Amino acid sequence: VTPLLERRLLFVTGKGGVGKTTIAAGLALLASQHGKRTLVGEVDSKGNLSDYFEVPPTSFEPREIGPNLFAMSMHTEESLKEYLRLQLKVPLVARIGPLARTFDFVANAAPGVKEVLTVGKFLWEVRERHYDLVVVDAAATGHVVAQLAAPQGIQELVKVGLVRDQTGWMLDILGDEAQTGVVIVAAPEEMPVNETLELTERIRTETNVDLAAIIVNRVLPELFGRGEEEVFERLRTPDGVAALEAAVGGPVGAVLDAAELAVTLRRTRAGHLARLREGLPPGTNLLYVPELFTRHHGMRATQLVATSLGEELGY
Amino acid sequence: VAPAKSSARAGSIEQLLAAKEIVIHCGSGGVGKTTTAAAAAAEAAIHLGGKVLVLTVDPAKRLANALGLEQFGNIETRVPNAAFAAAGVEPRGELWAAMLDTKQSWDDLVQRHAPDAATRDAILANPLYQNLMGRFVQSHDYIAMERLYEIHSSGTYDLIVVDTPPTRNAIDFLEAPARMADFFSSRFLRWLTVPARSRVLNFASKPFYTVADRILGSQFLEDIAEFFLLFQSMYDGFVDRAKAVTRVLEDRRTTFVVVSTLESAPVREAEFFIRELQARKLHLGAVVLNKVLPDYLLDRKATTSAKRMVADAPVIAEALDTSFGESAQIERVLREVGESFLNFQVVAKREAETKGELAGAPEVVATVPYFDSDIYDLEGLIRLGDKIWR
Repeated sequence: VTPLLERRLLFVTGKGGVGKTTIAAGLALLASQHGKRTLVGEVDSKGNLSDYFEVPPTSFEPREIGPNLFAMSMHTEESLKEYLRLQLKVPLVARIGPLARTFDFVANAAPGVKEVLTVGKFLWEVRERHYDLVVVDAAATGHVVAQLAAPQGIQELVKVGLVRDQTGWMLDILGDEAQTGVVIVAAPEEMPVNETLELTERIRTETNVDLAAIIVNRVLPELFGRGEEEVFERLRTPDGVAALEAAVGGPVGAVLDAAELAVTLRRTRAGHLARLREGLPPGTNLLYVPELFTRHHGMRATQLVATSLGEELGY
Repeated sequence: VAPAKSSARAGSIEQLLAAKEIVIHCGSGGVGKTTTAAAAAAEAAIHLGGKVLVLTVDPAKRLANALGLEQFGNIETRVPNAAFAAAGVEPRGELWAAMLDTKQSWDDLVQRHAPDAATRDAILANPLYQNLMGRFVQSHDYIAMERLYEIHSSGTYDLIVVDTPPTRNAIDFLEAPARMADFFSSRFLRWLTVPARSRVLNFASKPFYTVADRILGSQFLEDIAEFFLLFQSMYDGFVDRAKAVTRVLEDRRTTFVVVSTLESAPVREAEFFIRELQARKLHLGAVVLNKVLPDYLLDRKATTSAKRMVADAPVIAEALDTSFGESAQIERVLREVGESFLNFQVVAKREAETKGELAGAPEVVATVPYFDSDIYDLEGLIRLGDKIWR
């Protein structure tokens, strides 16, 4: 199995709210810090990937945002223009006018066209070897299969024409696990675990892309070691609280309540984590990123995520 | 911003649920929209009476089971009184639940609008139809609003509480009816269907056609054209319907509840959504802040104690009776407990700051604490509902 950062293209997906962009940014930062020329791209033009690196908003044209690190955002209309120019060799005059104006309708009417332009752009960057690694902050779990399966879908629906001709090399790169992989970001909560399990199955059956890893975000650390929980329980009794308050010289009720909350949250999350592990096919690559208790997302949080991913990946 | 409206603004979620007929929950994915909608509906059924329906899109399996939603399909199911009795309450009204089945709803729509049986069968059998309705993301948004209209205009329920589909953009479903109408009346579709009708390309569409043909191949274009030609026979019905759906969204009896956690991305989306509602003159009923960490994490005296427990762990442990445990063990526990408090406090402070920023909106703001376990039964829903009720 090709190690995660040795691949050339990673699609990072996950249920909304689990930290998909944080992980995509962290992976890209980690790779760039280990000497890989890395492109990180977001598919949602309204996204906020740039906030995670504290840089101005990204655009379709990749921009260098740090040593070895480039960022871009997908814009399907721009992608179409580039695609027509570079791959289909359609003359400029035909690209303007009705085609541009009605592009949105074409993309909506013909299922997969928008998706193929999105995925195709990143695949093209891989094919041209402009970067060592391309990390895509891809669509959320509900929509990512449509993106990954688009070249296949186009090949089935569109029998002739230039678009069809272009799907061959796309499928070659997508299906090569030495080059391409999907990373699902999960959180140890009910719905994210459900969606991760469902998506794992859909990726296997509906796409030809390899599931490279599942990254569980926001794992709470175990608060107590062996025998310590009993100590904690004794301290939480009325006698314990009184003795502790005397020793500390101030109120401790809230502090103990917070610890109790942390313990229960961890227990609930551990249950979901166990369900995730049991539901996954044997040998699935599982990585963990701890709850970081940071302020906002930004370069600080991205660096912390990169560091903990680095530890998980053995860097 | 709109002072004239402020007198009519609801003072509580209870008042809102009592006064409105449609309450639409929106917000970004993962914030607890479905659970909040179900909890609000349960509370309304318990306290207000009448027939209350919660229309959900994609509930967690255990929550679906709790609501008696064991099967997919557009079937409205009544939550049995026994379930309420088990949770220790006697509802004044009835709670009904339904799940949204996109595929089934589209088929129903085709059934209704198709001019004849032959057209209907041709559409339902068309591979492009299957593909389009399954993958066309906006089709979910549209169908959710369409179903809402259908149920509301049937006059069966006093109150309908809706959970919106997870969209990339929370605003998408608001625009879905208008966009669907645009789509079917677009110039592009007329272009596309011209050759299928006349086999003679008109001049205006020619350059587009030449390129489109080279890119997609004429067979595929013809497939699309045929499909839309069939669909056009239903055009009037569709557009009228889309307009009616839009009217319901704008009706005074409809209100929107924005649900968010206090994490930055959902909050940004909530703020965006609030602005959009205002721009469209749609009624913002309430903001529900979910999974908020408890206030005691901000307590100053507790903070001092927590810091002492970390810094002076050996001294404090020494002062405690050995009946609590070995000194070394107590020391570790004190440090862990203190650190944990301070860690969670960082997040609690960030949340308090964000909440302050969001509270600029004068509408009802309900805060729901971080429940230490998942909500998967009626009892849990009622526990949650009680928090937002007043």
